[in-house]
Amino acid sequence: MKISNAKLANGNLVNIEITNGLISKVDNAIAGAVSDGIDAKSKLLIPGLVDLHTHLREPGREDAETVLTGSRSAVAGGYTAVSAMANTNPVADNAGVVEQIYRLGKSAGLVDVNPIGAVTKGLLGEQLAEMGAMADSIARVRIFSDDGKCVFDPLIMRRALEYVKTFNGIIAQHAQEPRLTVNAQMNEGIISARIGLPGWPAIAEEAIIARDILLAEHVQSRLHICHVTTAGGVELIRWAKQRGIQVTAEVTPHHLLLTDELVENYDPIYKVNPPLRTQKDVQALREGLAEGVIDIVATDHAPHPSEDKDCEFQAGAFGMVGLETAFSVVVKTMIETKFMNWSDLIDRMSIAPARIAGYTNHGNQIAVGSSANLILVDVDRNWHVDRDKLKSKSKNTPFNGMELPSVITDVFHNGEHVLQNSQIVEKKSNSNE
Amino acid sequence: MITGHLLSAADLTKESALSLLSTAKELAQITDGPNKKLPTLRGKTVVNLFFEDSTRTRISFETAAKRLSADVINFSAKGSSVSKGESLKDTAQTLQAMGADAVVIRHGSSGAAKRLADTQWIQAAVINAGDGTHEHPTQALLDAFTIKQHLRSTEKDLSGVKVLIVGDILHSRVARSNVLLLTKLGAQVTLVAPPTLLPVGVSDWPVRISYDLDEEISKCDVVMMLRIQLERMNDSFFPSSQEYSKRFGLNSVRLAKLSKNAIVMHPGPMNRGLEISAESADDLKSVIIDQVKNGVAIRMAVLYELLGGAPIGESK
Repeated sequence: MKISNAKLANGNLVNIEITNGLISKVDNAIAGAVSDGIDAKSKLLIPGLVDLHTHLREPGREDAETVLTGSRSAVAGGYTAVSAMANTNPVADNAGVVEQIYRLGKSAGLVDVNPIGAVTKGLLGEQLAEMGAMADSIARVRIFSDDGKCVFDPLIMRRALEYVKTFNGIIAQHAQEPRLTVNAQMNEGIISARIGLPGWPAIAEEAIIARDILLAEHVQSRLHICHVTTAGGVELIRWAKQRGIQVTAEVTPHHLLLTDELVENYDPIYKVNPPLRTQKDVQALREGLAEGVIDIVATDHAPHPSEDKDCEFQAGAFGMVGLETAFSVVVKTMIETKFMNWSDLIDRMSIAPARIAGYTNHGNQIAVGSSANLILVDVDRNWHVDRDKLKSKSKNTPFNGMELPSVITDVFHNGEHVLQNSQIVEKKSNSNE
Repeated sequence: MITGHLLSAADLTKESALSLLSTAKELAQITDGPNKKLPTLRGKTVVNLFFEDSTRTRISFETAAKRLSADVINFSAKGSSVSKGESLKDTAQTLQAMGADAVVIRHGSSGAAKRLADTQWIQAAVINAGDGTHEHPTQALLDAFTIKQHLRSTEKDLSGVKVLIVGDILHSRVARSNVLLLTKLGAQVTLVAPPTLLPVGVSDWPVRISYDLDEEISKCDVVMMLRIQLERMNDSFFPSSQEYSKRFGLNSVRLAKLSKNAIVMHPGPMNRGLEISAESADDLKSVIIDQVKNGVAIRMAVLYELLGGAPIGESK
């Protein structure tokens, strides 16, 4: 397969060839007529995006999302690898469940679906899950997380951090002090005081981040902080990195753009955990991501059926879908604002997440021998978010109706053309979906 | 004149609030006569949709609606969608199908009334009769009415009235609505509470904050005591009901420090002996019974304006 006239992040125009899933040739292009293959027409060619925080809901909540529909959503958003969070039902806390999810990903065949294993059995925070068995399974799990819940018990957290060193694993912590967030609905501050919703204070996140970076230092293990949302959290991680502690962190697109003022109309579409914070936090998160204190963008794609959002705020479910809007929101919040350039974006959304997770076939340089996990982006075009057109089974996007920059037009997954002109290339095996 | 819905005291301008108060005053005068009933809302249906028990608020709205000749349906839907009963949406659509003209909603979730008004679930006028820990705008209106009646009956608004609101501000919808409305009408509001019962964002409110009731009590014209829910004690908001009562309760010693014309208010139901002593509640300074009475007049005025009754003069 040939892709001609593709623009790299450095501005060079190239022609590439893909053979057996690998990039077999990269030449400088002289813009002109293309006789065979795909004419990229100067669209941006970058490595496929990698998400380390994706709720695919299968098994258990197939009404919200399945591995297949989530894979379709991922492809539409420019992802070539996602990481399926463990809070399914049954919980992905054993080799059987992670292998099932891995196989469902293979059979969907659109992106790499890498299961994340639970840290504790049943996400209960009491006993370690069989992380070794999950690591040794065909799913080769390396990221472990009780996401949705915090590994609150400091002793369990310490043991987990120590234990995963055996197989170079990493603990991804959902930092939320449970006692400080009983019944919490939204960021605690001026807005929550006015509208009378129980607050989720920034300190509840920061207290756990502080504790866990100290634990990671003490036991010399790898810690990943999920969805950082507060200026104080960024500050703590900056401090930890300066001390050489092995901590990485992620931020979601929605926390880079939205604030708690949106909750004032009580629409549960803006209900998410951790909650939307203030403009000051948004600013700190953007600075942190630009600086590399926050290593990556992760979607926290959290599908929910409409009945879980079409209700009063307190009855609503936490979470937003994000795979299909992530890239564009990052362009809007980080590139258009001049916080980052395209190379930074590629690092934060592809290279760095692949490195943290050990997804060696992703986030590679566009060079001969690299796996052909690639995407083409039309950076000169905007698009209009219409929730009814999302590929995800769920429609709970907070960006509905927004005009966003950059259109993902093509995705190549292991050399296979899985998204063409922003349309998923249907496979026979999936055609009944 | 107000139109549409009444969801928050913030929806009211100073003018619309004052006009509601004067409508209420006229209605009160009419219904004080031998024939309490007016035909103005004949043919209209008012639904009292109560997801939480509140007999006092419900019968106040019910009385108000009946005095205006509206048909009243009491819909007690205890067990909201939070506890996986019927969802608010389904309930609302049911009421829509039955042709409700106004829905008076009491709900445990903050914002439930606004959701009802903002979504397309129901077309009726929505009146917030208390939503979670957010607001209770008709309570604030009846409190403003009562304050005006006792302290500013001949003046235009509540300018210069010094109001103390004492107690569980954090969880109080009465406090939120009163802060918005009373300050809009010119009153100076001071909140007195232990810091545990003040919201973190209170600094943004147009009020003074104090932790010392003894310091404040002699300087106010109105002291409004809020109900303390006993379950707060188990959540360590304060060490014991005795300690709370000692520091933040209205007792005879504090009652004696009140200025001559000051009034004592309480939205009810009272915990006698906890936030308010029996003698304070029954003292001549107490206007708590007036609050209940005025509640009916205020709710009549709200229903009357929202449901577009004929001008009051004609209905007489």
